[in-house]
Amino acid sequence: MALQLEKRDRSLIAFIDGELDHHCAASIRETLDSAYQQAQIKNLILDFSKLTFMDSSGIGVIIGRYKMVQAGKGKMLITGISANVLRLLTLSGIHKIIPIVNNVETALKTV
Amino acid sequence: MSVHNEMKVEFLSKSANEAFARVTVAAFISQLDPNIEELSDVKTAVSEAVTNAIIHGYQNSNGIVRIACTLTDKTAEIIIHDDGQGIENIGQARQPLFTSSKNDERSGMGFTVMETFMDELTVMSEPGAGTTIRMVKHFGTLNA
Repeated sequence: MALQLEKRDRSLIAFIDGELDHHCAASIRETLDSAYQQAQIKNLILDFSKLTFMDSSGIGVIIGRYKMVQAGKGKMLITGISANVLRLLTLSGIHKIIPIVNNVETALKTV
Repeated sequence: MSVHNEMKVEFLSKSANEAFARVTVAAFISQLDPNIEELSDVKTAVSEAVTNAIIHGYQNSNGIVRIACTLTDKTAEIIIHDDGQGIENIGQARQPLFTSSKNDERSGMGFTVMETFMDELTVMSEPGAGTTIRMVKHFGTLNA
């Protein structure tokens, strides 16, 4: 699993490359949280277009980050999801609270 | 032509083995020629069961997780067993969003995912006597 971070204006974009399971969850969480805590960051965009696997541990990571962004009064969006990830997001109800858009550019226009 | 095949694998309850477990089972069942969605369903369900064994069964301490997989024609039966602490209230554990580890960002969706992605799910457990998860998946039901 590799995590690439990009900052644009007040948004942090995280590209998650590889697998998101319980084993990887802690390091993703720590990296995202410390990057988000940096000054001027408000919104978070999670890009899953290079994600090859996710299970319910990923749901936990997403919900945890959503709470953090809520506390920071920012917006959170998810982009680039596969059919499998969409099923997980639907099953957990995440699709009702976090907007899912096609790509990062659209997400940046939305925040 | 009828197919019958079996495999067993056991490994230490380390989180690094979650990927090993799901990839191993996926490789074994690939001889039934599942489609991408079916393969992904099985990988996800196995990952959930093995993660539960590691986090909840063994409470992140060392133990052995055992997987047995039997293929019969177009059906895979996957049994995942741990000798960990067991589940006190299976009905409660299977409820969506229920989790016993509230401070650990667990979503409580593990059993719901297994139930949704597989065709059958049976949970056998007793406090102190470990947990056995039996899951069945029929292949080729969507685009036979």
